[in-house]
Amino acid sequence: MQIAVLSGKGGTGKTTVSTNLAKLINVRYIDCDVEEPNGFIFLKPEGIKSQEVSIPVPYVDEDKCTHCKKCIDICQFNALVHTNKVILFEKLCHGCGACRAVCPTMAITEKDRPIGKIEVGYNGDMECLGGTLNVTEPMAGPIISKLKSMIDDKTTILDCSPGSSCNVVKPLLGVDYAVLVTEPTEFGLHDLKIAVELVRKMDIPFGVVINRLSQEDNTTSRYLKDENINIVGTIPFDRNIAVMYSKGELLINDDKYKKLFTDITHNIEEAIGCSL
Amino acid sequence: MQLVIISGKGGTGKTTVAASFAYLSENSIKCDCDVDASNLHIVLGGEDIKSEPYLGAKVAHVDKDKCTLCRACEDMCRYDAIKDGVVAELKCEGCAACTVVCPNNAITMEDEVTGDTIITKSSTGILSRAQMIVGAEGSGKLVTDVRKNALDYGTKDDFYLLDGTPGVGCAVLASVTGCDMALMIVEPSQSGLNDFKRVLSVVEYFEIKPLVCINKYDINEDVTADIVDFCKDKNIDLIGKIPFDSTVEKSINELKPIVVYDDSIAGKEIKKIWKTVNSYL
Repeated sequence: MQIAVLSGKGGTGKTTVSTNLAKLINVRYIDCDVEEPNGFIFLKPEGIKSQEVSIPVPYVDEDKCTHCKKCIDICQFNALVHTNKVILFEKLCHGCGACRAVCPTMAITEKDRPIGKIEVGYNGDMECLGGTLNVTEPMAGPIISKLKSMIDDKTTILDCSPGSSCNVVKPLLGVDYAVLVTEPTEFGLHDLKIAVELVRKMDIPFGVVINRLSQEDNTTSRYLKDENINIVGTIPFDRNIAVMYSKGELLINDDKYKKLFTDITHNIEEAIGCSL
Repeated sequence: MQLVIISGKGGTGKTTVAASFAYLSENSIKCDCDVDASNLHIVLGGEDIKSEPYLGAKVAHVDKDKCTLCRACEDMCRYDAIKDGVVAELKCEGCAACTVVCPNNAITMEDEVTGDTIITKSSTGILSRAQMIVGAEGSGKLVTDVRKNALDYGTKDDFYLLDGTPGVGCAVLASVTGCDMALMIVEPSQSGLNDFKRVLSVVEYFEIKPLVCINKYDINEDVTADIVDFCKDKNIDLIGKIPFDSTVEKSINELKPIVVYDDSIAGKEIKKIWKTVNSYL
């Protein structure tokens, strides 16, 4: 069982919901926000083992190269240019292997280029995984795919990146349920609609957690009602929550807030029809 | 002069500050680089005067009549995007490696619309923005286009205000490159500090003048002190500390920049920060 937590936009409380939920039900947590991973700040896993993530980039053997420029023509990312020899702009290279496949003289081999890392640690017996993209590297996708490849059948909570681009699509592929976190503001609603469109497009069943709720009747609730979307939980607008968050503390350490996440868990269980 | 507002982490108040700066700066040209979930136009309002589809990616297309299901493309594809001659569009990177290995020339690459670029004429001038199709590839390229479109409406000497994207990946690199100054909005939390340090590395990599302001500084004064010390050590100009102010939430819901609320303590501080930013221009 894989449950993804996403939001359309950053700062709505994805990491708060996913870390607290994962710890409460004691299941595997994966931080897929490899551009700004923050989950480990709250879960504080120990015994962390780290491994490098690389992508294969072309290496041209000049003795074999006939300067036919087929590799340059096929590269869709403008990563290869030809001056008096073939030059690689490695940060543009997606590691697809098209240049190697097209080369008639087999002048192209590949070498691994590191773009980030993956870390695995434990909070008690709870497994925590996370990836980190090296700063100034553009492509987060391969790190997310690597994280996804490390999952087995055990229940897993995936903390996604903000937005709705390819970096959010990658963790969502193959998940069983999605929790969309939003806040009851005009901005929040705008971004929630984007997230809803994404999960509907991908045919993933989902529910919504409204964070920072200060009043009952708001445009978000109306939208959810009109769209027949299930609210699986609410978290109040509470300065104390912001303070706990700022210190890197889990909310479930406070009984008052623990109940919120117990309710969210029950509502998700009801929605998916099995216990977590 | 191009000023980009970034944060590393989302939800730290980039758009709150950007909308206020947009309101305060006369004749500036605005860009919303957050193409995944642009919000600036919601506050600034106005009318869309131009909208064009953006062909931001390519996707493989298999001609069923020519395909013999030999699976050479499946073996080649490193993104697991083709199975039984069917392309999973959300997985396809548009690399065209499959076209190279297909023995029957059954695969072609087709342009894909990944969003729209939009020019909005707001009450405070031109806003260049985009609406990306959900789940699309290549948001960095779209950001570059949003910035290019803005340049059509001004000269090199104009002031360009860019509302950046969260993170440190391709969209952020595209937002930041070529700017003169970057104002980083930092939230005083462990994660905010963490993200700030990462995005600062991006700013330093491009050799852009860094400026810092702390938002909701009184939520955690210990971390605020850490940020102040960090900036002092690194010789980075900390140009403001915005207090927590519930009027900000009200301003978002009333779709007005916070600086129009005369009694707002956050608004007052943002006005001061704007003055300081101007002293650098």
